[in-house]
Amino acid sequence: MTAAPIHIAGERLMLDPSGVLIWPAAGLLAVSDLHLEKGTAFARRGMLLPPWDTQATLDRLTVLLRRWKPKIVVALGDSFHDRGGASRLPAGELDRLNRITEACRFIWVLGNHDPTPPSGVGGESVEEFSIGPFTFRHEAIPGAAPGEIVGHHHPKALIPARGTAVSRPCFVTDARRVMMPAFGAYTGGLDVRDPAIARLFPRGGRVFLLGKDRLFSFAMGRDFQFKSTSS
Amino acid sequence: MPGTLPELFAAWFAAQGWSPRPHQLAMLDAARAGESILLIAPTGGGKTLAGFLPSLAALAESPSERLHTLYISPLKALATDIARNLMRPVEDMGLPIRIETRTGDTPANRRARQKLVPPQLLLTTPESLAVLLSSPDAPLFFGGLACVVMDEVHALAGTKRGDQLALGVSRLRILAPGLRCVGLSATVAHPRAIEAFVGASRTIAVADGAPPSISMMLPEGELSWAGHMGLEAAAQIMARIADAGMTIVFVNTRAQAELMFQALWKINDSTLPIALHHGSLEIGQRRKVEAAMSEGRLRGVVATSSLDLGIDWGGVDQVIQVGAPKGVSRLLQRVGRSNHRMDEASRAILVPANRFEVLECEAAIIGVAARELDGDSPRPGGLDVLAQHLLGLACSAPFLPDEVYTEIVTAAPYAALSRKDFDDVLAYVEHGGYALAAYEQWRKLFRDSEGRLHVRSARIATQHRMNIGTIVEAPLLKVRLVSGRGRIGPILGELEEYFAGLLSPGDTFMFAGRLLKFLRIHEMAVECQEGGTGDPMVPAYEGGRMPLTTNLADGVRALLQNFGRYDVLPEQVADWLRMQRAVSRMPGRDDLLVETFPRNDRWYLVAYCFEGRNAHQTLGMLITKRMERYGMAPLGFVATDYVLGIWSAHQPHDIARLFEQDMLGDDLESWLAESSMLKRTFRNVAVIAGLIQRNHPGGEKTRKAVTVNSDLIYNVLRQHQPDHILLRAARADAATGLIDVGRIAGMLARVKGRIVHMVLSRVSPLAVPVLLEIGRESVRSGDSEETLLAEAEAIVAEATSEQQPAWSQQEMPLHAGVRRR
Repeated sequence: MTAAPIHIAGERLMLDPSGVLIWPAAGLLAVSDLHLEKGTAFARRGMLLPPWDTQATLDRLTVLLRRWKPKIVVALGDSFHDRGGASRLPAGELDRLNRITEACRFIWVLGNHDPTPPSGVGGESVEEFSIGPFTFRHEAIPGAAPGEIVGHHHPKALIPARGTAVSRPCFVTDARRVMMPAFGAYTGGLDVRDPAIARLFPRGGRVFLLGKDRLFSFAMGRDFQFKSTSS
Repeated sequence: MPGTLPELFAAWFAAQGWSPRPHQLAMLDAARAGESILLIAPTGGGKTLAGFLPSLAALAESPSERLHTLYISPLKALATDIARNLMRPVEDMGLPIRIETRTGDTPANRRARQKLVPPQLLLTTPESLAVLLSSPDAPLFFGGLACVVMDEVHALAGTKRGDQLALGVSRLRILAPGLRCVGLSATVAHPRAIEAFVGASRTIAVADGAPPSISMMLPEGELSWAGHMGLEAAAQIMARIADAGMTIVFVNTRAQAELMFQALWKINDSTLPIALHHGSLEIGQRRKVEAAMSEGRLRGVVATSSLDLGIDWGGVDQVIQVGAPKGVSRLLQRVGRSNHRMDEASRAILVPANRFEVLECEAAIIGVAARELDGDSPRPGGLDVLAQHLLGLACSAPFLPDEVYTEIVTAAPYAALSRKDFDDVLAYVEHGGYALAAYEQWRKLFRDSEGRLHVRSARIATQHRMNIGTIVEAPLLKVRLVSGRGRIGPILGELEEYFAGLLSPGDTFMFAGRLLKFLRIHEMAVECQEGGTGDPMVPAYEGGRMPLTTNLADGVRALLQNFGRYDVLPEQVADWLRMQRAVSRMPGRDDLLVETFPRNDRWYLVAYCFEGRNAHQTLGMLITKRMERYGMAPLGFVATDYVLGIWSAHQPHDIARLFEQDMLGDDLESWLAESSMLKRTFRNVAVIAGLIQRNHPGGEKTRKAVTVNSDLIYNVLRQHQPDHILLRAARADAATGLIDVGRIAGMLARVKGRIVHMVLSRVSPLAVPVLLEIGRESVRSGDSEETLLAEAEAIVAEATSEQQPAWSQQEMPLHAGVRRR
């Protein structure tokens, strides 16, 4: 796994190809849009998706926590797919989540899907979390001060290649802000060219597409407006 | 007993100056005897009237206020057209019969009225039948049904819509005991299978009319070595259009349709009325073209398979097929579009786009003359369709699994359904069928004390009815014209989302016969303006190409072997084949010719498999994997309908080992698991089976809404329950469809021990076309997306010759984040 460093507000941040962000100087790891218990949320509405989504999401998160050993973990909102999500956690997953929240300082930033603190789960709940030059909040505020780290939109980018196109979740960054990809097992995405995302990066920026071992980087509004080379 | 027409009908026939045809009378007899019948007749044979005549006669004799006959067609337009045509005899004879249609387009108030006061004849589609059957009043509505007429049944059997229809009819047989089923079909390769599909006790076949006259027209000048568009022949095609009254120019893909239309329009000096018709054009636009055709206002239409089926437009004078026909049955269907009078020969002209296609056209002409019809033999019904049907049954009324299993296996596609598969599908419908019992409280079905299955809530039933259907479209975006001042204009049609993703503002692309400039994607629509400059892009569509059928492939192989017949081929082609014999050899009928040769600094391997493009693509993936393992360093491959070409850094050797049958084991499994084709197939299965719902009560999906992504569900499911029923269904679909494992397995078994390896010093004449395809086709090597992304990134870096930027990637030691503090 090769993480990519970026510099924002005079600090160095690392983007991990699995979709988490690390601030090495503070020992902080941020993860966004876990959407835990999305499976049961859909089941309530009649769509019986495979029920292993929370397990799959926490499996991946556990590996990353072992690798980076953070002191602070920030879950950037929409950690649960809905208000009742935490109460539907299977016993085993609830235990695992509580072991995680006890092993470090764990901060639940509240999101639109989970506007209230998760019940029965450890960690602190906040509307937004500021530390050093950074503010971690769920949804970006247009014109926010530099150092904003957000989730919410589930950015993904579509890259033309050899007459076809590859679409992947991605980080979006400019000099002021990092928008993180969704981490949850069943989370779809919104194309970064959608005005909802594009207007937050008026001067363009870079996207970093998630890959198996590394990130793939393109300039927003330039590289993937390039002419397709082969069609 | 010789059949007779009832008096009233005899008089009506006489008034038209008609006499009833023998098969029409035979159908009346069969109906009186209560027999179910498959009627096979060529177009123009009075087939539809033959299907309805018994019902009209029965209702004339004993009028009824209940639904008597259900007619099911694959096309809404066909249902509407037939309803119109039937009105005439019914009104002329003053029969007490109401005829109505019911499709997805029927307004809600009329649908409600049809339930209260049903027509005697209802014309509908498989989807609308499924919706009707899921309703609690289905037993009442269909209780008096006497007859089901399935039109164009050859086009439905063997498809998922056909599976749905067969299941629907199996239910109708329960609701209406004594039901008579009638299938109407064009001439087919597997009449027995269609007979079983209809549930007919016998077949009435009408002899074909005059044999069609089919000729080949070669483009002037040198024959192309590769390519499929056939644009070189545009001038000759234009001349033929000018010479005839009305011409349909059939092409094989929508992209080809756009290009051919443009090419013709450019040289249309006398501005003949020529139109374009394909499945992505806006529906209103297509209807306009069809209306203009039937009113005789057009001289030519460039069309894809969108005009293969459907209503009879009458005055088509000739059919021109550009590009190879890909199958004898398909060619006959298209040829039959010209001249709907049985006793006159249809006229068709084939225009091959390259040398191999000359052979294919020739083989097809021989096949038509010999009536060697082709088409896949029936495959087992889809388990996803079964899941949809089972939930539909529960929405109508509680059921006992044992009874329903007995009912299901009466539907031909499910005749061999095992009880285990049935139970697994049922478990999926009940609670997801997962090894982890997580959804007990959200089951869709629950069992009462007698073991009957009930649907849990009215909401589930409503949701189900909104999602009935087996046609799953790739994600589509509308194409909308916008005027210079930003005013919203008309919708031109729909594009696949991925193509829209390839466009940048200012790009020119070709669509609906126009050159358009891409502006932006806005609210699920591609907004564009008329005009635009530069090289236009042409949208390609997934699954747009039909692979070569097995029969036609055999025909081409036979033609190559038949050295004596080369004289009948165009001289350039005959020379080409003779040259091949001189420097290498011809692919044999039962062996597999593999040539290897060096060229520039690479080695090429060309295998003449003739198994169709889908099978060759899969084979290419599997063989390159093997070559990698054997250290031959494969660099890429290209698949055509006829051959597979692979290039590598080292010389390929031990060819027999490369083509061992065992590649279909672990290698196939591990490739399939990651293959985008299986993911695409899974998406369709998941949608049809209702795992992912397209429509929610009271909710229009918007682009902004973050919905579930089927690839992610696929990944999780594969990891935790690889034998889940939906994954099994997806694998079964892929095996017969996109990856065509069946044909590969057949070939590998056939050529075992019969691989002829020619080691050549340079490219052989027969291999030239495939070498020319390289660079035209999108070639994907084994490792997929990651490689493509890395390549795209490198190209950009090179093109913009960027300095090593600040974000550049560097190796970070593990745990660096915290330890450095």
